[in-house]
Amino acid sequence: MKEYRTITKIAGPLVFVEKTEPAMYNELVNIALYDGTIKRGQVLDTSDELVVIQVFETTAGIGRDSGVRFLGETIKMPVGREMLGRILSGGGKPIDGGPDIVPEKRLDITGAAINPYARASPEEFIQTGISTIDGTNTLVRGQKLPIFSGAGLPHNNIALQIARQSKVLGSQEEFAVVFAAMGITKEEANHFMDDFERTGALERAVVFLNLADDPAVERIITPRLALTTAEYLAFELGMHVLVILTDMTNYCEALRQIGAAREEVPGRRGYPGYMYTDLAGIYERAGIIKGKKGSITQFPILTMPGDDITHPIPDLTGYITEGQIVVSRELHRKGIYPPINVLPSLSRLMNLGIGEKHTREDHKKVSDQLYAAYAEGNDLRGLVAIVGKDALSERDRMFLEFADLFEDQFVRQGYEEDRSITDTLDLGWKLLSSLPVEQLVRIDRELIQKYHPQFRGAAKAAE
Amino acid sequence: MKENQKKGDKGVLKRIAGPVVAAVGVDAHMYDVVRVGHEELMGEVIKIQGEEIIIQVYEDTSGIRPGEPVENTGLSLAVELGPGLLTSIYDGIQRPLAVLVEKMGDFIERGVSAPGLDHAKKWNFEPLVKEGDAVKPGSIIGQVQETNIVHKILVPPNAEPATVRTIKSGSFTVDDVVCTLDNGTELTMMQKWPVRVPRPVAEKMNPDIPLITGQRILDGLFPIAKGGTAAIPGPFGSGKTVTQQQLAKWSDAEIVVYIGCGERGNEMTEVLTEFPELEDPKTGKPLMERTVLIANTSNMPVAAREASVYTGITIAEYFRDMGYDVSLMADSTSRWAEAMREISSRLEEMPGEEGYPAYLAARLSEFYERAGLVETLNGSSGSVSVIGAVSPPGGDFSEPVTQNTLRIVKVFWALDAKLSQRRHFPAINWLDSYSLYLESLNDWYDREVSPEWNVLRSWAMEVLQKEAELQEIVQLVGSDALPETEQLTIEIARMIREIFLQQNAYDAVDTFCDMSKQYDMMKAIKAFSDLAYTAQAAGVTPQQIIGVKAKNDLPQIKFIKDYKPELDRIKGEMEKEFNAMRSSV
Ligand SMILES: Nc1ncnc2c1ncn2[C@@H]1O[C@H](COP(=O)(O)OP(=O)(O)OP(=O)(O)O)[C@@H](O)[C@H]1O
Ligand SMILES: [Mg+2]
Repeated sequence: MKEYRTITKIAGPLVFVEKTEPAMYNELVNIALYDGTIKRGQVLDTSDELVVIQVFETTAGIGRDSGVRFLGETIKMPVGREMLGRILSGGGKPIDGGPDIVPEKRLDITGAAINPYARASPEEFIQTGISTIDGTNTLVRGQKLPIFSGAGLPHNNIALQIARQSKVLGSQEEFAVVFAAMGITKEEANHFMDDFERTGALERAVVFLNLADDPAVERIITPRLALTTAEYLAFELGMHVLVILTDMTNYCEALRQIGAAREEVPGRRGYPGYMYTDLAGIYERAGIIKGKKGSITQFPILTMPGDDITHPIPDLTGYITEGQIVVSRELHRKGIYPPINVLPSLSRLMNLGIGEKHTREDHKKVSDQLYAAYAEGNDLRGLVAIVGKDALSERDRMFLEFADLFEDQFVRQGYEEDRSITDTLDLGWKLLSSLPVEQLVRIDRELIQKYHPQFRGAAKAAE
Repeated sequence: MKENQKKGDKGVLKRIAGPVVAAVGVDAHMYDVVRVGHEELMGEVIKIQGEEIIIQVYEDTSGIRPGEPVENTGLSLAVELGPGLLTSIYDGIQRPLAVLVEKMGDFIERGVSAPGLDHAKKWNFEPLVKEGDAVKPGSIIGQVQETNIVHKILVPPNAEPATVRTIKSGSFTVDDVVCTLDNGTELTMMQKWPVRVPRPVAEKMNPDIPLITGQRILDGLFPIAKGGTAAIPGPFGSGKTVTQQQLAKWSDAEIVVYIGCGERGNEMTEVLTEFPELEDPKTGKPLMERTVLIANTSNMPVAAREASVYTGITIAEYFRDMGYDVSLMADSTSRWAEAMREISSRLEEMPGEEGYPAYLAARLSEFYERAGLVETLNGSSGSVSVIGAVSPPGGDFSEPVTQNTLRIVKVFWALDAKLSQRRHFPAINWLDSYSLYLESLNDWYDREVSPEWNVLRSWAMEVLQKEAELQEIVQLVGSDALPETEQLTIEIARMIREIFLQQNAYDAVDTFCDMSKQYDMMKAIKAFSDLAYTAQAAGVTPQQIIGVKAKNDLPQIKFIKDYKPELDRIKGEMEKEFNAMRSSV
């Protein structure tokens, strides 16, 4: 393999080389420094005259004397069952002191798109034990459901609680967790690792760590390594894989940095115009394939800059993922855990995973009614601040109280509290029964007769 | 037609940087399809500068090197049109996804070509002309029972008028000649058409029949005409896809073309699993039988995403040529615009607003112009209605794609995150939305629904407008401070919203509501309103009126299939209650 010493320019994470052999687009590149260190990169732009390489580490130490070798392949990830229980760097090297991983396969990390015709509809209900998720934003196997949070909010605990409590009722299949950290602090990473160790989850986990002081550009490949591993575990070994990606905001910052280095025309707020497509290449790597046993369920976590949901990072994410769980600073300030604001939260696959076949026949309508009532009560809070409680009608006062009840009982629960779906739905009915029956316009008569506490008692008594 | 002289011309790749590549030494015209690299990836020429041609490639270009060959096919990007389109699911360049699964497994690899139609399958061709008949472009020469839909076989639009020399009957593939003309032309059941060129029609007409969708807020307040255009912009999660799917399911079009353009894989899977199970309310046949799907999801190549809307609209036009009413949904046109932006920025073109190419507005209007109610070349009438979803960044409608779209389309269904967060679905804002077809459709509603309908609609809109004004006051002083008549207005507006406007797409009954039920529901609300104002004038308090028990049963009507007896009962009860109140004053 020929080594070229024709670097002409280095700008940010980009290295420009001249007069090389024809390099492949996306070809893997090794750059050898004067001290023998090897840095890895990838070809972003290739022509006879000039090859542009994006380096996945810092470019510190690279100079015109560095040697460039083209490796003749695109970036591959060695994968194998042995990876379970291992901790790897954001670039995929073991950092737990254990042996190198003996690969069973080497897979391209970009990952091809799943043919939509080969997909199976996700519809298996995952019980997370958290009411605001199970009851009103139900998660199903194969879904991609991000957590939209803000700096300083307990999104990590929510993610951990989900990872710990998630189960598919009545199923005993093999599962695994793939955890990819991008630019989070050592302290946050430890928080995850300690919890994984305490609960024994680590044995079933593959951990990729790119921490805050690791090179930012490495973050571009970390989620791809994680998802390549997940695809192997899910679609070749038949496991049900939960992928946690945190923090996608740091990933997007790295993307912006590279865009700037390439002097591209920036899109909104300086993020590249292709960020939607780029993120889709990550988030769409979730789902179920017909005829295959495993599945990939994704939990990306992101912190919304300035708590702004219209910021390009949450915005583009929301346009790709199948809903979002929104963590609210206001609820957090009220001392409510988990501070999930159900109003802007959504699970688009909920309807596939609930109802008679999966949870309970009244699920959808109870959820709709809880939303409607909470939204109405929540609106009235604004009004009360202006005109005072006395100016409210009787009806309005009931909804106002409902909103408080809802937050205090339905939203609030313990970090270790694992509620069954039946408990969650019954709790929903209990709260709804604080409203007059005729206000429950979202629910049909029969379900009210069957589940409303007021009639349930009567029905039982009659039996 | 003359053969493209550039066919077969060969050159080499010069530069590769993502989906846009440059080649030298190939003689080409704009939009010629070329084969790129050793793997012969499909691409299209999008720029010519001196010796160099710039190509957008429809597949991933990883691993391709400068120096690899490029060959011009001399053809434009075209689709195959003929029996076999219905029930198919294609990618953006009409490769059948089912065939791709067979050829390359569950993931989309590259370098595999697959024709749009099955060339081995035999179809039963029934001739409709005889020897000696004169035919011209657009003439129907025969038909095939494709699904429950009859597929008409047409003389291609670019053929010359002639006389039928021979015509066959029986079982043929799409490549077999079924008819010859005296000028030597041989006709098969298939034609090819370049996707970027609109198919010709005899004349465009003004639409005057609504596309009935079974969605109350659409049919009732903001109808789209058959052959019309509508845009449905909204932030993420506000209901664009659900609304589009509702239209694909329930609208009274004869053919549906659904384009998933840069959106989610699972959404297409959902259509694929659901549609075969659902019945067309008009024909009772599985919905899939009238449907063609195009799925170029967000993670599939952007160049093919750019092409997908053209592939879709060409197929829609082709069915219109047969005299059918076609409706086309494009979800989402913003992803198409973004694909244009991405390609354009790689061409280093001077960007217009927000990085979009300066020709964005032109492309959008060319696309929507392909909709329309027309007289076809053979004199029948057919229509293509186009409904485009728009996904504005941050939900802000002032961005270029939304704005340029609104300048073209005639119907605006404005999705509103405030409504969807309350689970008021469809989350279409009744104050911001509009339909410019209202006037031209009035006659139809008069005739087919009731002469009263247009009056009822205006009344409902007025109440909703009034409510919005009153809500502003309520925000300042509380509802109790309003005069009594206005308290009633607020209550009646609530009924219109909760009973008529809200419609649950996931309820087996409520998902589709025909015009007569819409009319009955609105009439019932109006009846309550009339009783209420009369009672109020007679001295009954708003609290008493709001407390009328029978009215609480009205929302249930939505969930009942044979709702008439129950509705009559409720109306009777309502009258009784009002009478009792009035006599006790
Ligand atoms: N008519 C409706 N009836 C019931 N629920 C609805 C309706 N419309 C939308 N929804 C709910 O809203 C959710 C989001 O809708 P949808 O997926 O159509 O949003 P979208 O606007 O297409 O978002 P995106 O831009 O991210 O694709 C649905 O999953 C469903 O729960
Ligand atoms: Mg959508």
